[in-house]
Amino acid sequence: MSSNQRPAGQAPATAPAPAMAPAADPAPEPGPVAGAAALVRMQGVTKSFGSFTAVESVDLDLRAGEFFSLLGPSGCGKSTLLRMIAGFEEPTRGTIAIDGRPMAEVAPNRRPTNMVFQSYAIFPHLNVADNIAFGLRSPGQSLSRTEIAARVDEMLATVGLGGLGQRGANELSGGQRQRVALARALILRPKVLLLDEPLSALDKKLREQMQIELRRLQRQVGITFLMVTHDQYEAMTISDRCGVMFGGRLAQVASPKELYQRPVTRQVAEFIGGINFLSGRVSARDAESASVEVKGFGTVTMPTEPAIPAAGGQITLGLRPERFYLAPERPAETEVAAAATVEDFAFYGETIHYYLRLDGYDAPVIAAVTNFQRAAHFAPGDRLFAGFRGRALVALP
Amino acid sequence: MMRRLASGVLPIYALLYLAFLYLPILFLPLFSFNDSKILAFPMSGFTTKWYAALGHETQLLNALGNSIIVGLFSTVFATAIGSLTARAITRYRFPLRRSSQALQMAPLVMPEVIVAVSLLIMFLSLGLSLSLFTVALAHVLVTIPYSISIMTSAFEQFDDSLEEAAIDLGEGEWGALRRVTLPVVAPGIVSSLLVGFTVSFDEFIMAFFLTGTEPTLPVYIWSQVRFPAKLPIVLALGTLLILASLALLLAAEYFRRRSLRLSAVQEGVPIA
Amino acid sequence: MGQGRVARGIALDRQARRGLMLTAPGTLYVALMVLGPAALAVAYSFWTQTYVTLDRTPTLANFREIATDPLYRTLILRSVIVAGLVTFLTVLLAYPVAYYIAFHVYRRKALWLLLVSIPFWTSYLLRVFSWKLVLGYNGVLNSALIWLGVIDKPLEWILFDVNAVVLTLTHAWAPFAILPIFVSLEKIDRSLLEAAKDLGEGPFRAFFRVVLPLSMPGVIGATLIIFIPTVGDYVTPALVGGSEGAMVANLIQVQFGKANNWPLGAALAICAMLCVTIAALAAAALLRFLGRRIR
Repeated sequence: MSSNQRPAGQAPATAPAPAMAPAADPAPEPGPVAGAAALVRMQGVTKSFGSFTAVESVDLDLRAGEFFSLLGPSGCGKSTLLRMIAGFEEPTRGTIAIDGRPMAEVAPNRRPTNMVFQSYAIFPHLNVADNIAFGLRSPGQSLSRTEIAARVDEMLATVGLGGLGQRGANELSGGQRQRVALARALILRPKVLLLDEPLSALDKKLREQMQIELRRLQRQVGITFLMVTHDQYEAMTISDRCGVMFGGRLAQVASPKELYQRPVTRQVAEFIGGINFLSGRVSARDAESASVEVKGFGTVTMPTEPAIPAAGGQITLGLRPERFYLAPERPAETEVAAAATVEDFAFYGETIHYYLRLDGYDAPVIAAVTNFQRAAHFAPGDRLFAGFRGRALVALP
Repeated sequence: MMRRLASGVLPIYALLYLAFLYLPILFLPLFSFNDSKILAFPMSGFTTKWYAALGHETQLLNALGNSIIVGLFSTVFATAIGSLTARAITRYRFPLRRSSQALQMAPLVMPEVIVAVSLLIMFLSLGLSLSLFTVALAHVLVTIPYSISIMTSAFEQFDDSLEEAAIDLGEGEWGALRRVTLPVVAPGIVSSLLVGFTVSFDEFIMAFFLTGTEPTLPVYIWSQVRFPAKLPIVLALGTLLILASLALLLAAEYFRRRSLRLSAVQEGVPIA
Repeated sequence: MGQGRVARGIALDRQARRGLMLTAPGTLYVALMVLGPAALAVAYSFWTQTYVTLDRTPTLANFREIATDPLYRTLILRSVIVAGLVTFLTVLLAYPVAYYIAFHVYRRKALWLLLVSIPFWTSYLLRVFSWKLVLGYNGVLNSALIWLGVIDKPLEWILFDVNAVVLTLTHAWAPFAILPIFVSLEKIDRSLLEAAKDLGEGPFRAFFRVVLPLSMPGVIGATLIIFIPTVGDYVTPALVGGSEGAMVANLIQVQFGKANNWPLGAALAICAMLCVTIAALAAAALLRFLGRRIR
């Protein structure tokens, strides 16, 4: 949590960036960073192409040294936002400042940002070392041959490509290409590294391995990483914070845990993992807690949230599948429970998903059960009880 | 039935067709070594004297020089123009994109004689006298379509983010062009230059109508075809020309494949 | 990612300026070298020439002469018929080869394509010239057959005439037919054929109902690319056409050469161009119609 207090752009290369808050408490989302502490500040950023608005009034601050992911379905405007920070697109309205300096008049080749392209854009006519050294030989750089060679060697070691400097660009595997792209961008020591779907070209196994690698690299170099991805699991595993975008708008900015546990809209809730929607009516509410009568289940107590209306109001409640408790008899550990019929199930190895028909509900709900944890294995047609605790519920507007 | 047709008759037909394509051309080299001025069977004996005689034909050597000059000029200009057009149509959307492409490809399918006489009318109306320069202007016109199609396929393989990456890494637009775009499409450019040269080198109609007192090689050959005494020498010359065209074509093909191989990398297909 | 593409697709100003700037040299050059001369040729066709003086009074005299003189009509008509015949034969002969390469050659595809296209890269003049050696009363073919004892006196049908022109042109244009047809055949999704078979179509019906219609764009492309230039071909009739095989291009050349009647030559060029355009459009429309009908 200390990264935002560090002077902007002064991240020491060796200091390990702090991990996200340990899982214990539901870490409250730190408010917007004040003043100069924001490394990248976007205010009212809008981008229109003709009559189509790709990005609409986005306000977003990135902190020095954090790993931030922009998450959203394809076409939501996240890549356009990234390209505006890089300088490849100009905002139609709004401002982008990096380290307090407005970027409006700054050409992409003069910005303190570097990018890892989705295709990696490895220069096919250059070998690995020359690819990595490319930026060091650009105008405005005045390094001697030996300095360049030293920096390249250091970078090769950092990304785990030591000894491969003379490899041709067409002799690299997918993972190696990604490392070259990273090294080539990081060698210029940008204030912000922009990553456009950096893992989408890799197969699943390699992708998971590179996620860990990316995270390690980011901590090692201490540079702010801004990654665009459509894969919520990827964003959640790597990032300190995520921003979720839909239709050009930023719907929520939060830590992965917060995003999962306290989504602010149905859209976010559905995009980040699976969720069930239950309907309810508020029967009482005070500053601390609220009593909600959940259709088909009964009355539960949950912490008061802004989205909970006054007593008497209708409310949509989100419940993650794994928060259900299933038992042949009414489960003792839950506040409320309802009778349901198993319609179908899907076996995922470590978890089993049950599709349940709740009495009084049209659509089936999904309950995820850890495979080993409960001996409760059900078959389609079985009657059972599904219950949960009030604090597992999320109030959604 | 159909399967038997496909596996039995089709390959034989295809081979016969190839024979039909190549046989007539093979008579040129065959009779160029024949020790007789009469081009008929039976052949009379092996000789290389017609090839030796080539060196003494000053007019022929001049014509060869003219063709090389015209070829170099045409292919350089056509490749430059074709590369710009190809870049524009592969990278940008702009008004009249399709029509300007169609216009520039049109010389490929226009009756040559009609184009040639129209150009003749225009050059003389403009007060240009016929020379190798007027021939070269026309050859640029007929070479542009070839250059556009070769460069279009080169640029289609080109990943635009390569240029953005260069700029992102601090290069200017010219630097990106010089350090990335040109080297990556260089095989395509070489291929276009070679093909353009071949097209101009073999072109006859434009040169026939538009040349002044300096003939290109095909025009020279045309003037010799009518003299039976000269025929064997023309055969020897023709054989060499076909070999030259073949060499240029194979070189162009080599470079074209190299450009495909270079760009295959960007598709994320490692070829190691 | 998709966003970037969309971005490039819709932003007009900078893109449009760049695109126009880059195509400008080519567009201007070709416009100047094609449209300019064409306009001048049209102007010339309405003028008249008497010996050395050019009379710029607009008149339809040239067109009247072309319409009334049977020689001109014959030549223009012959050019269109020869070109049509050559196109038909070339496409017909080339189709099976393209089909073979597309569907029955697996590993050596590139080699076959190279073999088919190499002749195209040898000088057109020399290719036609080689036929001049082969054909004719005392040509290579007749002398060889006599020498081998197959015949005792020269064959008559290979004399220099219209037949020789058609044969030579069919040979000269072969790669132009094979390549576009091959490309369109290659694009056909193989699973379509399996689907047709799966639906109980016999191989012949599958060919006529699936392959042939889908390859029509290639056939149309080949037709246009062969027909249009062939109408105006000069070299072949001049070398192997003899006195009976002359075509309109030879006539135009005479007007610009010996006869020195440029206005008449220009009028002939324009008439030829008109015939070409009409015939080509008609052929393309017919093929498209057939392609749709077959299904």
